[in-house]
Amino acid sequence: MINGLLDREGADAVLNDLDEYAVEEALRIVEAHGEGHTITVISMGPERTSEAVRKALSMGADDAIIITDAGLVGADSLMTSKVLASAITSGGFDLVLCGTESTDARMSVVPAMLAQRLGWAQLTFAGSVVVNAASSEVTITRVTEDGVDTMKAKFPAVISVIEKINEPRYPSFKGIMAAKKKTMDIRSLAIVGVSSENSWSSVTDASPRPPRTVGVKVVDEGKGGEALVNYLADKKLI
Amino acid sequence: MSTVYVVAQFVGENLSKTTFELATCGARIGSVTAIVFAGAGKGSALAGAITQSPIANVIIVESDDFAKHSVPAFSDALSQLVLTNKPDAVLITSSAFGKELAGRVAVATDSGIITDAVDVASDLSCTQLVFGGSTTVHSRVSHGTPIITVRPNAITADLAPCTPAVTTATFTLSDGAKSAEVMSSAPFVKGGRPELAQASVVVSGGRGTNGDFKPVEEFADLLGAAVGASRAATDAGWYPHSLQVGQTGQTVSPDLYVACGISGAIQHRAGMQTSKTIVVINKDPEAPIFELADFGVVGDLFAVLPQATEGVRARKS
Repeated sequence: MINGLLDREGADAVLNDLDEYAVEEALRIVEAHGEGHTITVISMGPERTSEAVRKALSMGADDAIIITDAGLVGADSLMTSKVLASAITSGGFDLVLCGTESTDARMSVVPAMLAQRLGWAQLTFAGSVVVNAASSEVTITRVTEDGVDTMKAKFPAVISVIEKINEPRYPSFKGIMAAKKKTMDIRSLAIVGVSSENSWSSVTDASPRPPRTVGVKVVDEGKGGEALVNYLADKKLI
Repeated sequence: MSTVYVVAQFVGENLSKTTFELATCGARIGSVTAIVFAGAGKGSALAGAITQSPIANVIIVESDDFAKHSVPAFSDALSQLVLTNKPDAVLITSSAFGKELAGRVAVATDSGIITDAVDVASDLSCTQLVFGGSTTVHSRVSHGTPIITVRPNAITADLAPCTPAVTTATFTLSDGAKSAEVMSSAPFVKGGRPELAQASVVVSGGRGTNGDFKPVEEFADLLGAAVGASRAATDAGWYPHSLQVGQTGQTVSPDLYVACGISGAIQHRAGMQTSKTIVVINKDPEAPIFELADFGVVGDLFAVLPQATEGVRARKS
């Protein structure tokens, strides 16, 4: 029996593109294994997060847990992973699927932190996921800037999926109607058992960077390449 | 005296440029100890390659579990070193590997973490560029051993000679780390060009190449540059996704970024706009990429690039 679980972070009220890949992959895993498997969407963020979660439910997920609390404002990746891990531990899940965001520091560390906190197998940066429910095994291809690895683990595992792993479906009319009846379990930090004092880094100041100074623009009339070389030479870049 | 751990990374048997950068940064804070993770029997050769940058000590940890269990094994080894020896900070290069390692070590050692720092001051205050490089933020770790990942190319490396003292350490692999196994591994063939995220010069091609990257590659090779591509180019299948620069690809911050036939969608800009000097070649004078350009040529890359390639070649000879 597979219980899929999706972690998404509700910074926006729209379902993050990258999380849609995780929802879609969870749906495909469950569809490949027939009846009896469920997908729970787990999300953390402000109350409007429920709109985004609703989209995941209308794509076909079964139910949702939303952790929302004033104490989550400014939560760092450690706090985020702690809250998500505690919600996951309460659910008896076999697999956790997350999106991977390569430019957002938070997202790219949270799946690894979750695996560490839970003591589960870490199968991150997956470009493909194959689940064998009979043997409780999952195999992924891990795609990073260094290369492609094939990794295998027994359940339970934390999987993060990269962009392009699949083509996320659009919710059908039937799916949208069905989603209205699905359960969203809203929890506070006290319910998940995490204190709001678990962020261990803080911003001391922030300031806009000066805009880039306006550069030189030339129109190529046969000497554009030479002008470019002269510029690079002046700047001692060649 | 403070001690700073730096995770050493190697390109083949040579210490990577990013490790020099980390050591230079670490030396502002205290005495630098480089941690060398190696397969069984491979540690001494790698430690012997550490002859430059302000590195006072080397700790070798040898195990075949690194190759077999990936990031979690490295994390177990580093976490146990941190808990035993209590360094004042740990510096790791920002990459998929580096950030995952940092994340796990922060959890395992109950420490705060800062990722993608572009500078770390002697008092461990970190500088980050956020919102696509439009805002500068200073942040600090307030608990445990600061675990900090530093962006490649952000710090000018001190390459003075060094003769570090070498010791070894062992670690115990956790059940969590054992639970996933690497069945096979296929590193990308680098084709002799520098790594995209670490290169000091990057030449990128976009839709305007129409799938022909030859002029881009020729210019890049002449400058010793890495080649990147916009999402339009990788989505079209013209160039590998692993070399995509942008929000959903790699973030680069080289000394020189040359954008050829790239319009400059926000998705691309987010991955390159902190580059020190930006040069643009584009047919469309209205292309948004020109807003970032220190020097822009409005023209056909198939005319401008070959001429520039010839021009550089002439200056070199």
